[in-house]
Amino acid sequence: MSKFKRHTGKAGVGKINTASLPDIVFMLLFFFMTVTVMREVELKIQVRLPDATQGKKLEKKSLASFIYIGEPLPQLQATFGSEPKIQLNDAFKEVEDIQDFIAQERETLDEADQAKMLVSLKIDKDTRMQIVTEVKQALRRANALKIMYANIPVEKISSLN
Amino acid sequence: MARRELHEINAAPMADIAFLLLIFFLVTTTMATDTGLMRKLPPMQDPDQEQSDDQQIHERNILVVKVNKDNMLLVEGEIIQIDELKDIAKEFILNPNDDEDLPEKIEKNIPYFGLVRVAKQAVISLQNDYGTTYGVYIAVQNELLAARDEVKDELSMQTWGMLYDNLSEAQMAAVDEYYNAPISEAEPKKIGGE
Repeated sequence: MSKFKRHTGKAGVGKINTASLPDIVFMLLFFFMTVTVMREVELKIQVRLPDATQGKKLEKKSLASFIYIGEPLPQLQATFGSEPKIQLNDAFKEVEDIQDFIAQERETLDEADQAKMLVSLKIDKDTRMQIVTEVKQALRRANALKIMYANIPVEKISSLN
Repeated sequence: MARRELHEINAAPMADIAFLLLIFFLVTTTMATDTGLMRKLPPMQDPDQEQSDDQQIHERNILVVKVNKDNMLLVEGEIIQIDELKDIAKEFILNPNDDEDLPEKIEKNIPYFGLVRVAKQAVISLQNDYGTTYGVYIAVQNELLAARDEVKDELSMQTWGMLYDNLSEAQMAAVDEYYNAPISEAEPKKIGGE
């Protein structure tokens, strides 16, 4: 108590109490910590997504599984060749592995969410459709029918406004 | 004496540390959300059934869009440029003049609209070659989706004075029923035909 008295005794507004500053900063910190999603997969392929105007936002990222298709990165091309490859999680996989991958991903979801599962296809725009078609067929066989062709959003020019 | 010293810990650097962490997370946070074209794949069918399904749809009710390995577009037998596609698709969905070659309309009762004439069986069929480039394929999909979205937006504007995205769920369902032309991605020809 005596400490406070000493302070008030002094004239002037010189010292602002900064004791609550860490609290504020910590609050912000925790906000960003919870919001931050660290990139969980390391891309081994180059994916330049196509542009599209009609893209819809992915509302729930937790419901989505990602399939990447594209050429291996330049430094990996010596070992894996330059043909487009499929990447699931962290590894190159074949079309046959997709069914297992989907089953595995489905397991991780709650039963209620399993029907809402969505597969996001992140495919390089110069890929030929052969591999894409094969992947789509594999998804149909795995009964993962909700898909999303990931793209870069571009401004849509509306004729209505 | 030692206990009294403990109370005097200087808390000022704590803010610095917290700031440092804060800035780290600020930098690493990616707020960018994923966007993409939402599509639904048809369920796997056995080959016999698929045949009969195809035959049921009359030719005038299908808009066939083909993309070949050189990324050229063929719509209803004519080579076109991609920027023409949207208008063709819109005309196909709307069929404003009840054209003989465009989808036939059936009278149907739809909430909000009453008895209207709807092209119920209209289907846009997108066929691609194995050699088609994915970027072009997506551009075509995008044009077709744009055509359908614009038609829906126009109808919503006319009826409620707002865009389709702002409608209530029931209104959306009504609009979907009005123009429901599904975009079907054709069975790939080479699959299963060893």
